[in-house]
Amino acid sequence: METKMALNYQGKSQKRSAVEKSINAFLIVYLFILLTKAAVCTTLKYVWQSTPYNDEPWYNQKTQKERESLKVLKMFTDFLSFMVLFNFIIPVSMYVTVEMQKFLGSFFISWDKDFYDEEINEGALVNTSDLNEELGQVDYVFTDKTGTLTENSMEFIECCIDGHKYKGVTQETDGLSQTDGPLPYFDKADKVTFSVYGFTFVGIRNGYMRVENQRKEIEEYELLHTLNFDSVRRRMSVIVKTQSGDILLFCKGADSAVFPRVQNHEIELTKAHVERNAMDGYRTLCVAFKEIAPDDYERINRQLIEAKLALQDREEKLEKVFDDVETNMNLIGATAVEDKLQDQAAETIEALHAAGLKVWVLTGDKMETAKSTCYACRLFQTSTELLELTTKTIEESERKEDRLHELLTEYRKKLLREFPKSTRSLKKAWTEHQEYGLIIDGSTLSLILNSSQDSSSNNYKSIFVQICMKCTAVLCCRMAPLQKAQIVRMVKNLKGSPITLSIGDGANDVSMILESHVGIGIKGKEGRQAARNSDYSVPKFKHLKKLLLAHGHLYYVRIAHLVQYFFYKNLCFILPQFLYQFFCGFSQQPLYDAAYLTMYNICFTSLPILAYSLLEQHINIDTLTADPRLYMKISGNAMLQLGPFLYWTFLAAFEGTVFFFGTYFLFQTSSLEENAKVYGNWTFGTIVFTVLVFTVTLKLALDTRFWTWINHFVIWGSLAFYVFFSFFWGGIIWPFLKQQRMYFVFAQMLSSVSTWLAIFLLIFISLFPEILLIVLKNVRRRSARTADSVESMGLWDCSPIPLAA
Amino acid sequence: MTWSATARGAHQPDNTAFTQQRLPAWQPLLSASIALPLFFCAGLAFIGLGLGLYYSSNGIKELEYDYTGDLGTSNCSVCAAAGQGRSPPPRCSCAWYFSLPELFQGPVYLYYELTNFYQNYRRYGVSRDDEQLSGLPSALRHPANECAPYQLSAAGLPIAPCGAIANSLFNDSFSLWHQRRAGGPYVEVPLDRTGIAWWTDYHVKFRNPPLVNGSLALAFQGTAPPPNWHRPVYDLSTDPNNTGFINQDFVVWMRTAALPTFRKLYARIRQGNYSTGLPRGAYRVNITYNYPVRAFGGHKLIIFSSISWMGGKNPFLGIAYLVVGSLCILMGFVMLVVYIRYQDQNDEDEDEE
Repeated sequence: METKMALNYQGKSQKRSAVEKSINAFLIVYLFILLTKAAVCTTLKYVWQSTPYNDEPWYNQKTQKERESLKVLKMFTDFLSFMVLFNFIIPVSMYVTVEMQKFLGSFFISWDKDFYDEEINEGALVNTSDLNEELGQVDYVFTDKTGTLTENSMEFIECCIDGHKYKGVTQETDGLSQTDGPLPYFDKADKVTFSVYGFTFVGIRNGYMRVENQRKEIEEYELLHTLNFDSVRRRMSVIVKTQSGDILLFCKGADSAVFPRVQNHEIELTKAHVERNAMDGYRTLCVAFKEIAPDDYERINRQLIEAKLALQDREEKLEKVFDDVETNMNLIGATAVEDKLQDQAAETIEALHAAGLKVWVLTGDKMETAKSTCYACRLFQTSTELLELTTKTIEESERKEDRLHELLTEYRKKLLREFPKSTRSLKKAWTEHQEYGLIIDGSTLSLILNSSQDSSSNNYKSIFVQICMKCTAVLCCRMAPLQKAQIVRMVKNLKGSPITLSIGDGANDVSMILESHVGIGIKGKEGRQAARNSDYSVPKFKHLKKLLLAHGHLYYVRIAHLVQYFFYKNLCFILPQFLYQFFCGFSQQPLYDAAYLTMYNICFTSLPILAYSLLEQHINIDTLTADPRLYMKISGNAMLQLGPFLYWTFLAAFEGTVFFFGTYFLFQTSSLEENAKVYGNWTFGTIVFTVLVFTVTLKLALDTRFWTWINHFVIWGSLAFYVFFSFFWGGIIWPFLKQQRMYFVFAQMLSSVSTWLAIFLLIFISLFPEILLIVLKNVRRRSARTADSVESMGLWDCSPIPLAA
Repeated sequence: MTWSATARGAHQPDNTAFTQQRLPAWQPLLSASIALPLFFCAGLAFIGLGLGLYYSSNGIKELEYDYTGDLGTSNCSVCAAAGQGRSPPPRCSCAWYFSLPELFQGPVYLYYELTNFYQNYRRYGVSRDDEQLSGLPSALRHPANECAPYQLSAAGLPIAPCGAIANSLFNDSFSLWHQRRAGGPYVEVPLDRTGIAWWTDYHVKFRNPPLVNGSLALAFQGTAPPPNWHRPVYDLSTDPNNTGFINQDFVVWMRTAALPTFRKLYARIRQGNYSTGLPRGAYRVNITYNYPVRAFGGHKLIIFSSISWMGGKNPFLGIAYLVVGSLCILMGFVMLVVYIRYQDQNDEDEDEE
């Protein structure tokens, strides 16, 4: 548990998507409707019953027991009975369907062959199916640099030894041999590097490091101590004993970590090299060594062992020893390796920007290196004005905090002048205004976030947040893993709680992956920690584009429609039943037969919406990936906002009313049949139910933009099944039923021409507003096709009305 | 990396249309060119249907009479007053006189209507035993508990048919008399009391218990009639095919109505001279006034109605079709205007370009 991994690990918390939160909100509204309905009915029942002949007319007398029961108790049971009668308004089956949709839907990600990578011979991996739709809601993308934006395959570019530059293989290799053989101890990257020069790191055997030199001889060094790498020191060292008995310490690390601890006077040359290399986007590493006298070694050895065995504060003790040891070293030189950008990394970032996402790069690298990578992958454009908050701009002075404050307020002023106050137009503003990028490094960040607990630090934070929100791109360099998570948490808690996505490949990204709403792991070279802890993992950064723009968008649209549709179909299912109470003396008489009540959600209307929510592509996948701006239309949970919710609810209320009163007026006659026979209450309910099932299914058919054979099968199949079931259910005297209410009701109902006409008419009236809206939209769209299609789409496009593909 | 040559592609996802979400699909678009003609066609069709429905509904004649007897409006008020507060009400008859200036085109059906009568009240609606009504002997002796308080008689005998619905069977009766010439004698118009229930109800759902020694009365021995009934169920009619549980009046009554105001078919007039309708002349309906409705604030009506292919008189369907049809056409025009306007705009835009 003392491993680096474990220390950087953050408790895993349950991730819940924005859609689920909306569902809960809707549920509360519907629960309220349910309670209101039950309360209204109960109240009216007792008002109605206050007339004695309504309470107990001679034809409908109560049993003695009923008469004697307490009135309060009766009221309570009445209330509960109404709750039971109307409980279908709470779409319990929705949860099952949503789970199924998520589970089955997530397969499409792992099945997608575009996510398949030949190199690692693997495709995408889905670790959770709960967050599919969240992929369509992302506002902020936090990405690691090494291994995520870049390949993480180090390619040696050049090195500098004692201020001299050596480049490529053809350079004089002899020069290198002067500078003490033992360079190659340090790192895999270095190992590759130096093999070019004729030194090959062979391996460790029995505590001896073996190196093959240019003359193919094996040199052995005894490994005495390893001073492990950590992200605070940003360097690591080894202590070795040469064959001749000298004890040497070699240290490698970031320039900022090594330079201050070196006594050489020729640092300047190397420093210039390192800086130039960093500007070119290479990763640099400085190497230093120091000879340790045997006496000194004795002392160091004792201290190290002591610290390693310490039970308390082992870290601090070790750190202190390391700190003592790694001083007064001699600088050997610096290496520069290039980490190439991943294929299509720049295109992906551009697409994400176009989709209205804010991309933040969080890296542990040097600012210059990271900055040039950001330019290379077009996170920063040449036109982007950069705001820098780094140790360089703040300087190591006494008045650090004051300087920081100054900078912060200055930047804020600048940004506020540029952007109008309203945040709503922010997205649009990006396209028109000057773009800003922010660069911040780890130490400044900790200064802002963690500095003294007084009120001014809080102030820093809020100013910083304001600046961040106005910037299109943010680069955070020199970040410790936990700082990455800290940044993510800060953004997560911004006003409007934006949805964050983190993508990374290494163990140092795990805490950030866990912290953000959606964590994506890259199956990179640094092991599988990230992929294992992520919600989704893909082989390459470029896959993020399709994952968000196509899969995320579709999943969101599908599930949002699914949720709205479920609430809708249950409201128009139960509303007639509620209205019927006004005509049956509030006696909790069900309008529909029990079989219909149970089967409605399970059999008659479940499969079409499930098929829809798995297969719908209101816009083609190719169009979605080609036009990132489409992603903006669904941002901010657009389809589950109050507007669309009210639209669906009113639609359901309208349809429910049409069903009930249409049938009610139809029944204002002596007979509906040409042989003058009369229908009863079960026929009434069955007419309403038939209209209901057909309307609700056809409504989905209207919304379906992508009719595969499966959709055809389930939609027409469900309707056929309903008809078949009704005949079957009414065709037999069922021995296990107490009452044969439905016996031949359906068949008898269909023998009436008026009923057919009424059913047809009521379905048409119910769907009429929907058809009207679709046609109106298409008429405009068709003619306005040349115009910018995205600009003209307003809120209504996020409503259930399908878009033109 | 030759070792992976065989493994290569092992994890590769299947390249099928389904897994790649590229199933062939029909992507319909309700464009203006389809939708506009559709709107106009649908509108015209609806208006046509609406006109047909409206006129056939208008062609249906209805003649109704409220014989509740409130406030001395008719001679039934005597009966109404006599029955006030007495249970069971005394036998009483009254009459309704009317005359037809012309032929009441037939076939004519006689309905009765009750208002404010909640046959759809839940407690009432479940108060029946379908097993008993299907002639099951065990159920005859042991009526379902839902029938309470009409499950067992005061003497402890099982009630057949049990339940509130059966107990409240409508028991007014009507007979129709026709006076062909002024001052002439009244001739009884034959009322056909059969064929008024659903075929399946009468033939399948309702069955008498098996006869005992060829007698229905013996089959019902050991049961009591519902408390409000004057005669036992096997005496409902002299016709053996229309008595007991399969008495059509009873079967009709047992199909509970959907709404508190409802009509039920009483008889068909289809015999002799009256098969084409009721000829002109004076008529008298003799009413046996038994059924107390004023106790629950209800009314009872008697209705003569003819029937067309669409059933009884109901202007609703016709009007609804007309309204929806007109709405379709109206919306079609609106759409057309929008379409043309956008078309023009587009043309202009293109010209500008």
